[in-house]
Amino acid sequence: MKLLAQELSFETLTGAVAAHRALADEAGLLAFCRAVKETGGRLVALWGGDLRDRGQGEGFALHVAFGIETGLAIVSLPLPAANPEYPDLSEIFPAANRLQRAVFDLLGIRARGGDPRPWLRHANWPEDFFPLRRDCDASRTFPPQNEDYAFVRVEGDGVHEIAVGPIHAGIIEPGHFRFSIVGEKVLRLEERFGWTHKGIEKRFEQMTLADGYRLAGRVSGDSTVAYAWAYCQAAESLGNAVVPPRALWLRALFLERERVANHLGDLGYLGNDAALSFGLAQFMRLKEDWLRLSGALFGHRMMMDAIVPGGVAADLSQQGGEQISAQCDAIEREAAILKNIYDEHAGLQDRFLTTGRLLPSLAAELSVCGLVGRASSQTWDLRTQNPVVPYDRLETQIATHRAGDVAARVAVRFEELFESLRLIRLIVARLPQGERLLPLVRPGAEDAMGIGWVEGWRGDVLVALEAGSDGRIRRCHCHDPSWLIWPALEHAIMGNIVPDFPLINKSFNLSYSGQDL
Amino acid sequence: MYQILKQIVKTGIKTEAPPQPDQALRVAAARLEDAMSRTLGRALVIRQIDAGSCNGCEAEIHALSNPYYNLEGLGIKFAASPKHADLLLVTGPVAKNMEVAVKRAYECTPHPKLVVAVGDCGISGGIFGESYASCGRVANVIPVDVVVPGCPPTPEALLIGILTAISAK
Ligand code: SF4
Repeated sequence: MKLLAQELSFETLTGAVAAHRALADEAGLLAFCRAVKETGGRLVALWGGDLRDRGQGEGFALHVAFGIETGLAIVSLPLPAANPEYPDLSEIFPAANRLQRAVFDLLGIRARGGDPRPWLRHANWPEDFFPLRRDCDASRTFPPQNEDYAFVRVEGDGVHEIAVGPIHAGIIEPGHFRFSIVGEKVLRLEERFGWTHKGIEKRFEQMTLADGYRLAGRVSGDSTVAYAWAYCQAAESLGNAVVPPRALWLRALFLERERVANHLGDLGYLGNDAALSFGLAQFMRLKEDWLRLSGALFGHRMMMDAIVPGGVAADLSQQGGEQISAQCDAIEREAAILKNIYDEHAGLQDRFLTTGRLLPSLAAELSVCGLVGRASSQTWDLRTQNPVVPYDRLETQIATHRAGDVAARVAVRFEELFESLRLIRLIVARLPQGERLLPLVRPGAEDAMGIGWVEGWRGDVLVALEAGSDGRIRRCHCHDPSWLIWPALEHAIMGNIVPDFPLINKSFNLSYSGQDL
Repeated sequence: MYQILKQIVKTGIKTEAPPQPDQALRVAAARLEDAMSRTLGRALVIRQIDAGSCNGCEAEIHALSNPYYNLEGLGIKFAASPKHADLLLVTGPVAKNMEVAVKRAYECTPHPKLVVAVGDCGISGGIFGESYASCGRVANVIPVDVVVPGCPPTPEALLIGILTAISAK
C-alpha cells in the first residue's frame, strides 16, 4: 500500500500495533521524511542493524519510524557492507541528531555530513569498536579514558559556564549539564548523556524471544510495564501468538497503574521544587499506598515482569478488583483536595506559570511526544489515536494544553491522573473472564520485524525485534520517548534563571537510563 | 493555608516502626566501634550514587523519604556531596562510563566510607552482567560492606541494609 501519496510500497506488519513497513533508497527515504513533515507527522525512532551475516551481498540497514495518522510507518534503507552511509536526516527532523550519533557509536554506520561527535561512547572503548556489529565480541573490556567532548562555547561579555554532573546533587540518574549563563540567566544549556550506557541492546543478542521481556522491563525501571508490554507485542507478532483478552485488559490495568504511580510522585516533587514540601509528603503518601496495593495484588510494587510473552504472569481476583476500585475512589478524593490546594497556592502558581516554556511550534519542530508534548499542543497519545485492545473500547480522553510551561505540564499530569483512575475502574468492572496466558508459537520468517508501541506514562515506547527461527534474538531495539524530549529541555530553560532549572527539569522528568541503554 | 492544615490534621502521623538490622547482608566484616555506631545511628549522612541503574532502585530509595518510612525521622539524611557523607548507597551495575566518577566519589568520601550496594545489579551486575559497557557488580569497582538484594529492593529492605551497615562489630 501507499502512504502519504509517496512512491514507497508499504506492507502491513502482523501484530497488535498499526504498523507498516517499506524498503527505500536514499531518495525515497528523504522524500518520505519531507512528506511526513509536511503533513504534520513526526519522527518516532531511528536505529540500525547489521545483516552481513545473513549471506553474500548483505550489508547494514537503517530503520526510521514515523508517527502518522494511520499509525507507525517504518522505512528501511539497505546499506552496503563497506563504508555504510546515509543522508543526514537532522536537517528535516532536528531530533534525528542524537539518534544518528548513537547509531554510529553502536554500529559504525554514518550520517553523511551529520554531527560527528559521539553520543553514547565516552572514549571508554575504542573509536572503531562497534558493539552491535554481529561479529563484535562485546565481552572485551578496555581501560577507561578521559574524554574531551566538544561542547559548544558561548562567547561574550560576562558569559560564564556552570558544569553539573555526571553525579548530581540529589537522588537522580547521572547526566551532564553545561550551562552558559549571564548573571542568573541561562543563555544556553547543552546536555551530555550516555553515562548509564550498559550495553542493553547487545545483551539482548544472548537472549531468546521468550525471556527478553525481563531485560526490556529494565531499560527504564519507572516504565517497566510500558516496555514489557511493547516487547511482548513485538515478540507476539513474530511468534504469531494469540493473546487472551483477559491478559490484554490486565496489561492496560498495569499500564494505567504505572501512569498513576509516576504522576503521583511527580506532582509531589513538583510541589516540593516550588517550596511546598507539604505537597511532596502528601503525594508520596498516596504513591506509597498505591505501590503497596500493587505489591500485595501482583507480587511486585512496580509490577516488574508482570507482563510476559503470550499474556500476563499476575491475575486479579474479584476481591482484588474491589480493593482497586475502592482505592481509586480514595485517591481521587485526596488528589482533588490537593489539586485545589495547588491551584489556590499563589507562591506555587507564581513559580509554575510561564516558567520553562516550550512553545507548540518548537515542540512540533523537535518531534516532542508524550506528556511534555501534550502540554505544548502536540496531540499525540496512542491510547486515543491508535488504540489497541482494550483502549479501543475505553474512549480515553487525551489531555492537552497550549501554554507549554511548568503549569501546563502539572495540569496535564492532574488530568491524566484522574482519567487513568476512571480507566482503571472501568477495566476492573469489565475485565473479561478466561485464560491469561497462551504459549508463543515459534517465529517463522528470518527477516521479519516485530513491533511494539505503547503509550507509557512519559510518552510512547517503541520496541523493534528481530529473531532467528530458533527463537534467538538477533536484534532488539528499545526506544525511549526521552530521546525526543531531552533536546526540548535545552530550549525550555533558555532565558530562565538557573535556580528554576530543577523545577523545569522535574516538570519534564525524563529517563537517562532509557536513552543511554 | 486552612486547607493545608486541615489536610495535615486529617492525614495524621503515618510513620511506621523501623525494621531491625540483618547481619546476613554483610559481605565484609563490621568496621564500626560501638560508640561510632551509636553516633551514626542518630545522624547518618548518605550520598546516593546511581552507577548505571535502570532507575527502578532510585524509585524505591525515594520512597524511603515518604511519611511511612520517614528516614529523616530516624536521623538519616541524604547529602548532595560525597564529601559530607558517611555512607555511599550505590545502585546499578557500574556502567563503564561511570567507573571513574564512582571511584572519585569514593575517594572523596571521608572515613568510615561505608558502602551499601543496592539491588541485584549492585550485587552481581544483575541482568546486565559484565561487558564492554558494564563493569558488573559494585564490588568490582569499590569496596562494599553490605548488599541489599531485590530488583528493586523494597524500601523496607533498603532500610534494613542501611541500618545493618551502621551497626557495630
Ligand atoms: S536491581 Fe533491578 S531495579 Fe535495581 S537497577 Fe538493577 S534492574 Fe533496575
